[in-house]
Amino acid sequence: MVEALRQVQGAEHRVQGVDEQDDLVIAGRHFQSRLIMGTGGAPSLEVMEAALLASGTELTTVAMRRVDPSAPGSVLDILDRHGISVLPNTAGCYTSADAVLTAQLAREALETNWVKLEVIADEITLLPDPIELLDAAERLVAEGFVVLPYTGDDPVVARKLQDAGCAAVMPLGAPIGSGLGIRNPHNIELIVEAASVPVILDAGIGTASEAALAMELGCDAVLLASAVTRAEHPVRMAEAMRLAVQSGRFAFRSGRIPVRRYAKPSSAQAGRIE
Amino acid sequence: MIITVNGARREVADRARLADVLDRPTGDIPRGIAVAVDGNVVPRSRLGKVELAEGARVEIVTAVQGG
Repeated sequence: MVEALRQVQGAEHRVQGVDEQDDLVIAGRHFQSRLIMGTGGAPSLEVMEAALLASGTELTTVAMRRVDPSAPGSVLDILDRHGISVLPNTAGCYTSADAVLTAQLAREALETNWVKLEVIADEITLLPDPIELLDAAERLVAEGFVVLPYTGDDPVVARKLQDAGCAAVMPLGAPIGSGLGIRNPHNIELIVEAASVPVILDAGIGTASEAALAMELGCDAVLLASAVTRAEHPVRMAEAMRLAVQSGRFAFRSGRIPVRRYAKPSSAQAGRIE
Repeated sequence: MIITVNGARREVADRARLADVLDRPTGDIPRGIAVAVDGNVVPRSRLGKVELAEGARVEIVTAVQGG
């Protein structure tokens, strides 16, 4: 990729590292975008579609809900039209059994064995129930699913999900839809350090700097919905998130300067007038 | 007989076929929809063949905006 770019006239000035291929790889599948979008909360399908395109996402979540079989599947039509892969979730499930059935239904409906596994403890916090979550993860992995579990920011639970065979771990930054950002960056760093599968910061993001922070902490990707779909200008915010995730990733891979207690001049000290 | 479809009681003919309940006589449904009976997913290929029993719980789901 870098070589190819160098051969393009005028591209010699491009900096190695920026142009290097840096795909997100989950369960052997490559993605160029490290921003996974949710579709919930958009005021209309038109806004959702424009926001998805502005975000540059290649993987997007949908929920499974009861339906009249004659109703059209418009969300899927939009994703299909733009070649965006669908990631069904198990949102709204409170037990392992419900989550497993929802994942099985999604696999049959959408012809994918990928699932964003959510098992929620209560309606107020929407926090994951780690015990039901781990049980569902084990059962779904055994059935051949590619399991991406939405989990708390507890490094121990994240490790157990990884050991259970999950294809990624997706710790929250803060509760779903709260926009509180990343409340425990240290735990996210601990999860990243211990992980051998991709770590995807899922939930809590409110604005672009928080998405960038997730990537600077070493997360492999960010998953968000409300921050974009419920923003005053969803399409512009989607673009902001695309840039933030990219910026955070570049910064993470660039070896930031150490934090110093006192100043260090950036201009040469020699040759000053006396 | 009485069955439950997406949580609602419904009266159907005895030994009604799932395909009739879905209003899809041939049993083919659009992509994006899946069906479970009594907590078990019915594979697409079997939708036209399943007969329902008294009290059967049918769930019909599809992908919607979310997550």
